[in-house]
Amino acid sequence: MSSSGLPHADISPAAALGHGQTGSPSGSTAPAAPWTPAATPGGPAAAPVPTSDGRAAAHSTSPAASPSPASADAGPLTEEGLVQLLTPSGERVAHPEYDAYVADLTDDDLRAMYRDMVLVRRFDTEATALQRQGELALFAQALGQEAAQVGSGRALRPQDHVFPSYREHGVAHVRGVELTEVLRLFRGVDHGGWDPVAHGFHLYTLVIGSHTLHATGYAMGVVRDGLVGTGDPDKDTAVVTYFGDGATSQGDVSEALVFAAVNQAPVVLFCQNNQWAISEPTTRQATVPIAARAPGFGIPAVRVDGNDVLASYAVTAQALERARSGGGPTFVEAFTYRMGAHTTSDDPSRYRSSEQEEHWRRRDPIDRLRAYLESRDALPSQFLASLAAEGDALGEHIRTTIRAMGHPSPASMFEHVYATPHSGVEAERAWFESYESSFLDRPGHSEGSHR
Amino acid sequence: MPTYQQFPLPDAGEGLTEAEIVEWHVAVGDTVEVNQTIVEIETAKSLVDLPCPWAGVVTRLLVEPGTTVDVGTPIIEIDTDPTGAAPADAPGAATASDGSASDEAASDEGASDEGEPVATTGAVRHVGRTAERRGVEPGGSDEIEAARDSALAGGAQRESVLVGYGLAEAGSARRPRAGADPAPQAPTTSPPAGTASSTAASSSAAESSAVASSAATAVAPPSARTTASSGLAPAAASGVTPARATHVLAKPPVRKLARELGVDLDSVTPTGPGGIVTREDVLAHAAQAEARTLATYAKDDDRAWLASGTVSVDGRQTRVPVKSVRKRTAEAMVTSAFTAPHVTVFHTVDVTRTMKLVEKLRADREFADVRVTPLLIAAKALLLAVRRHPEINASWDEASQEIVYKHYVNLGIAAATPRGLVVPNVKDAHRLGLHELAQALGELTATARAGRTSPADMSDGTITVTNVGVFGIDTGTPILNPGEAAILAFGAIRQQPWVHKGKIKVRHVTQLALSFDHRLVDGELGSRVLADVAAVLADPAHGLVWG
Repeated sequence: MSSSGLPHADISPAAALGHGQTGSPSGSTAPAAPWTPAATPGGPAAAPVPTSDGRAAAHSTSPAASPSPASADAGPLTEEGLVQLLTPSGERVAHPEYDAYVADLTDDDLRAMYRDMVLVRRFDTEATALQRQGELALFAQALGQEAAQVGSGRALRPQDHVFPSYREHGVAHVRGVELTEVLRLFRGVDHGGWDPVAHGFHLYTLVIGSHTLHATGYAMGVVRDGLVGTGDPDKDTAVVTYFGDGATSQGDVSEALVFAAVNQAPVVLFCQNNQWAISEPTTRQATVPIAARAPGFGIPAVRVDGNDVLASYAVTAQALERARSGGGPTFVEAFTYRMGAHTTSDDPSRYRSSEQEEHWRRRDPIDRLRAYLESRDALPSQFLASLAAEGDALGEHIRTTIRAMGHPSPASMFEHVYATPHSGVEAERAWFESYESSFLDRPGHSEGSHR
Repeated sequence: MPTYQQFPLPDAGEGLTEAEIVEWHVAVGDTVEVNQTIVEIETAKSLVDLPCPWAGVVTRLLVEPGTTVDVGTPIIEIDTDPTGAAPADAPGAATASDGSASDEAASDEGASDEGEPVATTGAVRHVGRTAERRGVEPGGSDEIEAARDSALAGGAQRESVLVGYGLAEAGSARRPRAGADPAPQAPTTSPPAGTASSTAASSSAAESSAVASSAATAVAPPSARTTASSGLAPAAASGVTPARATHVLAKPPVRKLARELGVDLDSVTPTGPGGIVTREDVLAHAAQAEARTLATYAKDDDRAWLASGTVSVDGRQTRVPVKSVRKRTAEAMVTSAFTAPHVTVFHTVDVTRTMKLVEKLRADREFADVRVTPLLIAAKALLLAVRRHPEINASWDEASQEIVYKHYVNLGIAAATPRGLVVPNVKDAHRLGLHELAQALGELTATARAGRTSPADMSDGTITVTNVGVFGIDTGTPILNPGEAAILAFGAIRQQPWVHKGKIKVRHVTQLALSFDHRLVDGELGSRVLADVAAVLADPAHGLVWG
């Protein structure tokens, strides 16, 4: 990787938006099974159903075959009702509601997604190796979740703002964050070095679920800034927060759902259900599909095949559009699988079977898109060769960048504490600098000093 | 020029300190790629495959499978530029130039190639040869090896290591402060400490090896020298306080307190959870240190006197837990002394005739197999007195408010044993003739001294004799064995001037004391019993009369 910063997502969200006129279900075969308030088991529709958005209304009123309580009884791992546009073997299947969101995607767009996923996976591999070589203190792989991340990330517009947890390397990549910047955190060099405003991508949050509140609050601020429902596609803003299945057991996430719902905040709560909260399976986090919780809060929900990059794109695009147009929050459950360990400190072989891993390896998100592109004869060998070379260059770039990362000046910890000058921080910085200068081996005295 | 990189064992988890090498996936001579799995390790958390950080050729495996090594220990050496070999490093030449140093080098490596002929190991043993070729004598090779390993581990390749990844030794020394006594910053060519050979090694290594010299300048100056000279403790050379191998755990306020009190945290015994030194630990240690400066008897008198004891924190007392015999004795004495009102009566008696009897019996063949002592006669005298005054052989039953008179005599003998005072008794002593009584007493005391007295031997005593005379004591006021009404103390027998038949003669004289429970034994009864004992001892012929 030569230049800093990867190309921004170049799919025009506007293009997708242009297909807002979702065709109502036209006697199709595989009806969507979005979890809507109307589908709340055993209860009347709690129904703060978005009304300002025709599509959202259509969405919420489309449950001709909406999930019944029986679906909920199927447990949290049911694959019933997952929005899917690509089968595991790479076959494109029609979907009455979501086809429209991907209709404008060209082969170039799909190749760009493929490239994103391949590069992110290469990043994953390199970073994991670097941790094993002692260059990183810790690393959390996104392995297996590339489609959910790249698909949803590609549906964003530049003005949208993302609140990730700590595994969203794919989203960071499509938001133009140089991936080695992500590793500064995992190397312990700093707490995340990119500019969240420049990329519309907040710093990683290691505390589980707390950032869903930040995202909701940010989204409420977006409304107060008048950036929702103006009809101007370059202005209307949505917020996305990424979290996992385990995070939904945190009180913070429930609070975020409450505030998002009652404030109709333009936030997409994107849950990557990778089925493992470290070693705790989803079956011990929930008795119903994770997404089935949202309607209880008054938030429409949709379950999507998280290993299907197209479906992830489409579902997110729809949710973002609802948010931007003032239709309020959406809960997306991307049903996927964490192929790697929770982090490099974890050993998943202690708590899950290799059969299960093999099952999901056959549903690999990259293989799926590759098969689809190959079936369309849209994956020329020249592209693949160039991508392979790009991947190798990225690996080399990551290795050399990490090893040359050095250490920031200790005094840099005082920067960016407040947006404006602050006398208390300045006093602390002055004391600290004087203290540091009392050492004979202080940084700068000799090149390459440990300190 | 080959370039050698050593891969230090990383912390594959968070905060792990060691791991076991399970299996090598590469062998010496193998060509490896970046990120190729080279070894499987097992940490406290999991089995982990380690990927190779460099491409190159494996030149050494530094740790045997099955070995647990600390994080930061080099485990493999890789030549990352195998094609750029200088002529001298061709396998054949290397063997020649390596020479005797290889064997010594192998001895401290424990590598899998240890003990193999030089001819085979020489081809892969390039490292450190630069220094050796510069004319350092083979005897210095250990230091060279160490210096090179240190340089590689802590040098250019490891500058960027993270917390928990085995910083170079330079990182373990306290950072020098401007105000403090400045550590000597002499160049490596004139180190103030270290042996001649290590000096030679470090300077040679620094001069001749680019890696070593870059390490020497890159690391903190005061400890660069010690890093290069085979890991001498930094303090030894520079006076800088070295970090301990294991870090003392204590919270900052406690550390501050320790500093103020002048307490070395290393020497404090931690009692906090997880081995944390608490405020109380520091205070206790300070009090102890202060008290120990006070004189006891002599130097070094602050150790425990008994194996079963511990010395008090101030070093002035040995404290021994109260248990077993001591505990039972204490309980019995308290029970007895504070429930039975004791009265003690005394009698001084001429036992010359008893001594003559003892002499006769000792000469008697019938008594050849037993030990005849004045105590035997005293015991028999007490039994005779009990026969004449059976009321003395009784006990007080507080619970049922009854006095229990025993139709039998279980005669207790107080015995000093290594385990403490025990009072076994001779069962049904009233039925025993003198010879049998002597036998019984002999067995009883032998058993007691051997520490094998059983609880049954000590239970159900009815009356007791304590022979304080063996300690040279005239007499005492014995405390009753619980559940008994009387105890006879038999004092030392001395030759004294004594009025005998109207004349002052030298006679064998002793004192008798009888303590009794005044709840059930009146002064009259007690006195009569003691008088009878004295009468028998004064003239054993009474035994014929009363027996």
